[in-house]
Amino acid sequence: MPKKVLIKGNEAIGEAIIRAGCRHYFGYPITPQNELTNYMSKYMPEAGGVFIQAESEIAAINMVYGAAGAGARAITSSSSPGISLKQEGISYIAGAEVPAVVVNVMRCGPGLGGIMPGQSDYFQAVKGGGHGDYRNIVLAPNNGQELYELTVKAFDLADKYRVLVMVMADGALGQMMENVEFKDKETPYKIDKPWATTGSGMKRKKNYITSVYINPDELEAVNIRLQAKYKEIEKEEVLFEETDCEGADIIICAYGLAARITRNVMKLAAEESIKVGLLRPITLWPFPKDAVGSLADKTDVIMSVELSAGQMVEDVRLAVNGKKPVHFYGRTGGNLPTQKEILNEIKRVLEKEVK
Amino acid sequence: MNYEIIIAGFGGQGILSAGRIISVSAILEGKNTTWFPSYGPEMRGGTANCHVIVSDGEIGSPIINNPDVLICMTKPAIDKFESYVKNTGFILADMSLVGEDKIKSSKKQIFSIDAAKKAGEMGHKAYAMLIMIGKLIKETKIFKPETVEKALYEVLKPELHRLIPDDMAALAMGMEM
Amino acid sequence: MPKRLHPKSLENTIMHYCPGCSHGIAHRVIAEVIDELGIEGKIVGIASVGCSYNNYLYFKFDMQQAAHGRAPAVATGVKRVHPENVVFTYQGDGDLAAIGTAEIIHAAARGEKITTIFINNAIYGMTSGQMAPTTLIGQVTTTSPLGRDTSLQGFPLKMSEILSQIDGAVFVERVSMHDVKHILSAKRAIKKAFKVQMAGLGFSIVEVLSTCPTNWRLSPVDSAKWVEDNMMEYYKLGNYKGAELEV
Repeated sequence: MPKKVLIKGNEAIGEAIIRAGCRHYFGYPITPQNELTNYMSKYMPEAGGVFIQAESEIAAINMVYGAAGAGARAITSSSSPGISLKQEGISYIAGAEVPAVVVNVMRCGPGLGGIMPGQSDYFQAVKGGGHGDYRNIVLAPNNGQELYELTVKAFDLADKYRVLVMVMADGALGQMMENVEFKDKETPYKIDKPWATTGSGMKRKKNYITSVYINPDELEAVNIRLQAKYKEIEKEEVLFEETDCEGADIIICAYGLAARITRNVMKLAAEESIKVGLLRPITLWPFPKDAVGSLADKTDVIMSVELSAGQMVEDVRLAVNGKKPVHFYGRTGGNLPTQKEILNEIKRVLEKEVK
Repeated sequence: MNYEIIIAGFGGQGILSAGRIISVSAILEGKNTTWFPSYGPEMRGGTANCHVIVSDGEIGSPIINNPDVLICMTKPAIDKFESYVKNTGFILADMSLVGEDKIKSSKKQIFSIDAAKKAGEMGHKAYAMLIMIGKLIKETKIFKPETVEKALYEVLKPELHRLIPDDMAALAMGMEM
Repeated sequence: MPKRLHPKSLENTIMHYCPGCSHGIAHRVIAEVIDELGIEGKIVGIASVGCSYNNYLYFKFDMQQAAHGRAPAVATGVKRVHPENVVFTYQGDGDLAAIGTAEIIHAAARGEKITTIFINNAIYGMTSGQMAPTTLIGQVTTTSPLGRDTSLQGFPLKMSEILSQIDGAVFVERVSMHDVKHILSAKRAIKKAFKVQMAGLGFSIVEVLSTCPTNWRLSPVDSAKWVEDNMMEYYKLGNYKGAELEV
């Protein structure tokens, strides 16, 4: 029977990386994800893999591009300001259709900001971040078990679609310990990579990996192909969790740590006979827009709760499309909304919206 | 059952390790647990605290707004967290480190525990946290004392395993207080 | 007249480089070296940003295109996955000595077992002749129209000298491709650089003084002479490290 272990979120990601069969990790120190880099430096060589502490986040993402281009599962991890630096590489990886995984253990910004938990990289992660028309799959775990499982899944999705998959947690999830159950054996998604720069071995024509197309028609054809792929991902890979939404007085949309805080709020609210539902997107892109859109049939008021000044709420509004009022509550700067604060906001909103 | 515990004090007192001992004991008894440390700038200047939740059910937020139990190893710690303790909850305060005046003036249910001094007499200040966990077990029955012994083998580095009998003696002492 | 032999590692196609530009010669020399070493099946090249951004169309082996300056990091990733392969970057002076300074220095510092072919023509060719980190003092470019003034624009970087100070860099040589004699010795250096990598000794780099007649506003013949009269004055040819290595 798989054993439950008490492990830090950052280290659960590290364990997932190794168990997913990834043997190439490229990192650069930044708080609050350092335990992951430290973990990799110890266990990657033990697993016969490669660990490099790069000279910068920029170099690290480009090492990922090289290693993944050469056919290996490869990953880098960082936190918000470091993820900003990686955006150039992320855009190239998207353009060159190289499968890769990036972990963002979010802190708060803008600028150097602070190192406490945040969710203010939502726009950057789901709306692009780098230049050009591209999408990353963005996975948002909300506990240690999901940090592990979604990191394993990230590699599978990356390989399946030849896209970059971002695992987006926050500083609290990275720093906290929780009981996590590792599967005895993971069975990574297997796919041939005949396009990889492995050296031809004189057995095939040359492979080259590139994202530059000077000819407009060629580049447009690449974009059309990318968009078709993104459509398929939107159709196939949406993940979310819905709790007590049917007939709720209000439904909260929240992911990651904000969703966990909301779960406590649901209990508090129930004590005051307020029925609060929760829709938790697990894929931030593709966003569960159908599920969020249909919340309008289940409740009269919807509210997005985030550790940001209001980012995901824009996607919630797009999905709800004016059918019901959509409110927002969030804290920034690394402050976390308390359960009471959220409950008070729920009451205020209900008073305003429900006559 | 669902216990939300904040342990607070200075770095070097074994605050974070005590939290881990509680969390690992909980796992060994098949319960769910979260352990959330103070990190970053909060830790500069020496304060350390961690939030530990032990539950039969699924755990929501790992961040505790209103603890059932507050274990205090310094005066600043009690000043910071005392008012948040649930009315149904209690505080375990170290007698010498928090100070008797402070303990007497508390409006919450509070136990004055002579942990740090007794630990000193036993030869190492680290035993203080075991004394506190002993008292926690006595008041809550959160898990069996023998589970802590197994947890210690998992949490402590091998070179410290020889101290586990003394740790368990400290735990027993706490259960008597 | 003997038939000109076309290197196996080079596509038989027309390149987009300007008349008199050294890129074509450098490509051919690299291809010949790869043929002679018999490593066509295990070579992976990293194209960079600059006029040679798409040289994967000209070489006949696996290649990966890199963002501006990042080729050494990309090469690191490729090499670490397949240590048995021979991996090289092909970078210009803007790419290597300006935006990519960190990547080249640290690839060398790690002793990364890759080879860099550094094309130094003292100018940004692709973006229309701006000042490069290797632009000579007094040299007129589109962004130093009065000539590079050290009080305003600082000094040209001598990358071979800099890199030879790094312990992880085991073979460093500066060559030129402005005439046949120099091309032949450039070829010897490039071959040795690859062999150093194949022997697993560490990082190797060959800096190639190159021409850019278009942006220098000179004829191909005058460009070759400009290399000899001006560039070689500031950028001394020769081996900076690893001459003694027997590979």
